[in-house]
Amino acid sequence: MQGGTEESAPGGLTRLPALTTAVEHSMIVLDKVTKYYGSHPAVHDLSFEIEEGECIGFLGLNGAGKTTTLRMLSCLLLPTSGRVTVKGFDAEEQAHEIRKLIGFLPDRPPVYPEMTVKAFLVFAGKLRNMDRAAIDRRLPKVLDDCGLGHVIDEPIQNLSHGYQQRVGIAQAIIHDPALLILDEPIQGLDPVQIVEMRNMIRGLRGQHTILLSTHILSEIAQTSDRILMLHEGRITAQGSEEELAARFGADGRVRIDLELRVAGGAGAAETVQAALGAIGGVDEVDFGSADDAGVVQVTLRGRGDVREAVARCVVEGGSGLLRLEQKESGLEDIFVQLSKEAEA
Amino acid sequence: MKNVVLIAGRELSSYLKTPSGYVIAGVMLFFQGLVFNGYAVGDQPTLSTEVLLRFLEVSGGLTIVTGVLFSMRLLAEEKASGTMTLLFTSPVHEGEIVLGKYLASLAFIALVVLASLYLPALIFVNGKVSYGHIASGYLGLFLLGASTLAVGTFASSLVKHPFLAVLLTGGFVAILEATFWVARISDPSTPASSTILGTFAPYYTHFRNFRNGIVQLSDLAFFAGIIYVSLLASTRVLKSQRWR
Repeated sequence: MQGGTEESAPGGLTRLPALTTAVEHSMIVLDKVTKYYGSHPAVHDLSFEIEEGECIGFLGLNGAGKTTTLRMLSCLLLPTSGRVTVKGFDAEEQAHEIRKLIGFLPDRPPVYPEMTVKAFLVFAGKLRNMDRAAIDRRLPKVLDDCGLGHVIDEPIQNLSHGYQQRVGIAQAIIHDPALLILDEPIQGLDPVQIVEMRNMIRGLRGQHTILLSTHILSEIAQTSDRILMLHEGRITAQGSEEELAARFGADGRVRIDLELRVAGGAGAAETVQAALGAIGGVDEVDFGSADDAGVVQVTLRGRGDVREAVARCVVEGGSGLLRLEQKESGLEDIFVQLSKEAEA
Repeated sequence: MKNVVLIAGRELSSYLKTPSGYVIAGVMLFFQGLVFNGYAVGDQPTLSTEVLLRFLEVSGGLTIVTGVLFSMRLLAEEKASGTMTLLFTSPVHEGEIVLGKYLASLAFIALVVLASLYLPALIFVNGKVSYGHIASGYLGLFLLGASTLAVGTFASSLVKHPFLAVLLTGGFVAILEATFWVARISDPSTPASSTILGTFAPYYTHFRNFRNGIVQLSDLAFFAGIIYVSLLASTRVLKSQRWR
């Protein structure tokens, strides 16, 4: 609790003292948050901050604690210990104020199927203290952002899952919330709908602080400014995809195709494998089996640019170098690596 | 209060747009018609007051059953469909959610109760009863429905599945009515309705006075109390769900 000063908020409410000076400018602060379900810790000692205007991807395997964290931020759950604040408001003491600031899309869109899209969005707006005039002014933009203009008078139950998901996002942004929380927004969508949803989320960047969760790696890289990786209730890494790649993946993988021509017959493969493994910067050598033409595919994982050393090693060893390819480390590699490290 | 009206309005509109409310109401009115002709009027000459008493007696039971069935539409359905999340993440107090849902179901059950008014009105074709007696009986039916719905609201705040809410409401109502019989068995010399235990039975102890054309403050207070306690408990349960 350093640098904390009480601050007047709209409506005459007082924000609780911020955790740090920097926190006063943060949209979200989690400070040593732990959440137990029974004796099982779903989230453990979790701390992070999110600045206003950021689009954050929350990445983790099923059961990593993503949904629990999002539900605590949405004031649906309280932490067992630690503190959650949204724009300076404490989630335990000032949940009502936080609810005015957020729009939340859970993993299943919270819609009333018998209502038309318009009636539902008007209802959702009124729930967020909007008057009818304000809703009528906001509605065209929301319908445009979510691509719902042509189904506005349709009962929601007549819409596809993809469109129901759009209605779910529309209800979350109808009141133009400062913070938009999307839990698995592309779950259950087909490839075309995923692309549409991705474009929709991209369109919302800059209008709100966005926190979205997914376990689909490619998705998060395409929509988020920063990624928080969660594993078994703990943050294992955070940063942009490039930052994470630089920190954890370095230069990634090198794939080579080589033709074994080493004297020694059966021991040739072991000799080359040992030579490749001895190259500085190579951590792992994945040596495939030779095909009918005697060509072997080898994948090297390591740090730094090892291509020149690999080429020299293969050629000097007498084998034929048929192909050498640098593969940039992707989010998938980083995620797998971090998951392995966390488990270890 | 604005949020209560908003939630109640949406809920009542849902009752009117979906078939479940109509089905329950239709079944209740059908059985009321059968009971009126087959049991209350019967095939023997019967006093008009006796016809009304018999009709109200069975209608009370049917109103309880209707209230129990309506409990599936209360909080448990919002949880099962995921829409409770919308309400919980909006700046709405838990008490407003409970009251909004309850008032909508109360308005609908009041409509259903009133829809059977034509049956006692038929008594005037060949007989005569006091308007006050009819009004008292219908006030009793309304309060019986209101208390059952309040208990149903509490039951549905405890579970996630509408069917479980129906079973739990039925169980709670059965326990309340069973107090009358426990009181009667444990002390046969004293009227069960005047024992402490017997006062917990909405139908056997308190509705009977309304059925007989007697409106007592103590009965009104009982129904007001059971409704208040049930709704307060429902609100507490919803608030406690953040602590799961």
